[in-house]
Amino acid sequence: MSAEKEPIEGRAWVFGDNIDTDQLAPVPSYMNKEPEEGCKMCLQAVDPDFAASVGKGDVFVAGNNLGIGSSREQAPQYLKMLGIRAVLAKSFARIFYRNTLNYGLPALVCAEAGRINPGDEVRVDPLAGTVENLTTGETLEAEPLPEHLLTMIADGGLLAHLEKKLTPGK
Amino acid sequence: MLPPTPMTLSEKIIARAAGKDSVKPGGIVTCAVDLAMMHDSSGPRRAGKMLDQLGVAPWDTSKIVIVTDHYVNDPDPGSVKTQEITRQWVADKKIGNFYPEQGICHVVLPEKGHLKPGMFCVGADSHSTTGGAFGAFMIGVGATEMTGVLATGEIWVRVPETLRVSVSGTLSDGVAAKDLILKLCGDIGIMGANYMVVEYGGAAVRAMSVDERMTLTNMAAELGAKTGIIAADETTAEMLAAAGAGDVDINAWQGDEDAPVARTIDIDGPVLGPQVAAPTSPENAAEVAEHAGMSLGQAYIGACTGAKLEDLRMAARVVRGRKIAANTRFFVAPASILIHEAAAVDGTLKILEDAGATILPTGCGGCIGLGPARLDEDMTGISTTNRNFVGRAGPESSKLYLASAYTVAAAAITGEITDPRELLARGVGK
Ligand code: SF4
Repeated sequence: MSAEKEPIEGRAWVFGDNIDTDQLAPVPSYMNKEPEEGCKMCLQAVDPDFAASVGKGDVFVAGNNLGIGSSREQAPQYLKMLGIRAVLAKSFARIFYRNTLNYGLPALVCAEAGRINPGDEVRVDPLAGTVENLTTGETLEAEPLPEHLLTMIADGGLLAHLEKKLTPGK
Repeated sequence: MLPPTPMTLSEKIIARAAGKDSVKPGGIVTCAVDLAMMHDSSGPRRAGKMLDQLGVAPWDTSKIVIVTDHYVNDPDPGSVKTQEITRQWVADKKIGNFYPEQGICHVVLPEKGHLKPGMFCVGADSHSTTGGAFGAFMIGVGATEMTGVLATGEIWVRVPETLRVSVSGTLSDGVAAKDLILKLCGDIGIMGANYMVVEYGGAAVRAMSVDERMTLTNMAAELGAKTGIIAADETTAEMLAAAGAGDVDINAWQGDEDAPVARTIDIDGPVLGPQVAAPTSPENAAEVAEHAGMSLGQAYIGACTGAKLEDLRMAARVVRGRKIAANTRFFVAPASILIHEAAAVDGTLKILEDAGATILPTGCGGCIGLGPARLDEDMTGISTTNRNFVGRAGPESSKLYLASAYTVAAAAITGEITDPRELLARGVGK
């Protein structure tokens, strides 16, 4: 099993319901801008410190309807570029959910995500579908991701996965 | 042996495509794709390009259908280039199922006999949900995902929960499927069916033509749904046979009555009245009376949602023997060439033209603010399309109401939002 299929341990960044793609990737963040620059504007309207303070390996936690709005793929792309390694939400907007997984970030539906507090240390096991809150000692249930999707995620997302699978010599 | 688990129609199709006996909502499975549809905007120029970058060939050209409808009849150099790229890619990859400028993809697909009950299909367009009107499971995907499908013939899906919408009785005269779906948008909102499949049924849906059913599945997208679906019946089989789809097995593709669903909504068909959705969201739907008298600069009958033959006939019934209002321009863009031809043969187009309608070539056109039906600065329009978000059908200062073909036609005649039943009740030309 590759490293990426193992549980992800990190600090939780907690947001509420209806975080939309305009908040995650505001239009000015990608108009004539490279993603490396644009990602600094991720969630600036909600938490101006987020982009600057989020650390490598942190876990993004949200309420209902995470990612509502447009189908822009910058939304999960920015989260990944900023260092987020897993996304938990009570529920996702469907296109964002797919985009997140296809961009190589595990996205887990976790009905009990509301029990996680900002800054809690959490350990997410996408294959088992569990979220251990190391700070409170609680274990929460999430919907597990199947192994083949985790392989795609481990490869770096759908396109990287296809490249590896279909054109191994390239 | 355990008795077979009852499943909804969608679950049965997904299970079949995934090679499993059964699937449950929330589970993630990989499905073999029976058909992949792309248009000029999402297809060769985006998904095709990514596939070429990967350096692989399409998995099965017989299962790929390409339609040009978005940037057609548009002199803009970017649009012209897009058509060139599309034609070139189709020729290079030897895609046989290519329909250039013959109509809007969601309408052309069934018209040419490509859809059948029980199929698992994907389309690189958010309104690919329309295909569910034929008892197929059809979802919209982005260009990156389509690249994956083109390369492998497979896609992963999270099995959706089902929202069952049951409509009793029949809709009253002057009320259409569009009113029903707008009412749902208003009642549950544009995220109301997030990730679910909306399964429509009940006597009023059974009584609907295929054209009307397509309006319901088309706008499942406006409920946030993964897709919409309507189990096939004799009406479906008849239409598909005429379209050359070959043998259609309707009995094999029915959901189990006792399959668990996440939510059920019952609607009383006969009491439903005409609806309009105010700017800037389909969920701003209300009874037509609430906005009656709102003055309009344009009435547009077009799009995959609202310019099928039956929509054109509804409009003709309203405008017959009347003239459009001086303050309102009236455009009709049939959803396909075949619809245009049928409406010419049965006299529908003549009635619309006599009333003062300008008939436009088929294509997405006004729905995305292209061509003559693009709204002007500060203009307020009404249309049979499916979305009225800021800036979709014209400049950001323009405003758009959404309604049925009856209501849009009535607005063309009076120049303001009007209950079409008033005109229908007065009789021809009065
Ligand atoms: S008519 Fe409008 S909604 Fe339909 S496919 Fe074209 S752009 Fe999309």
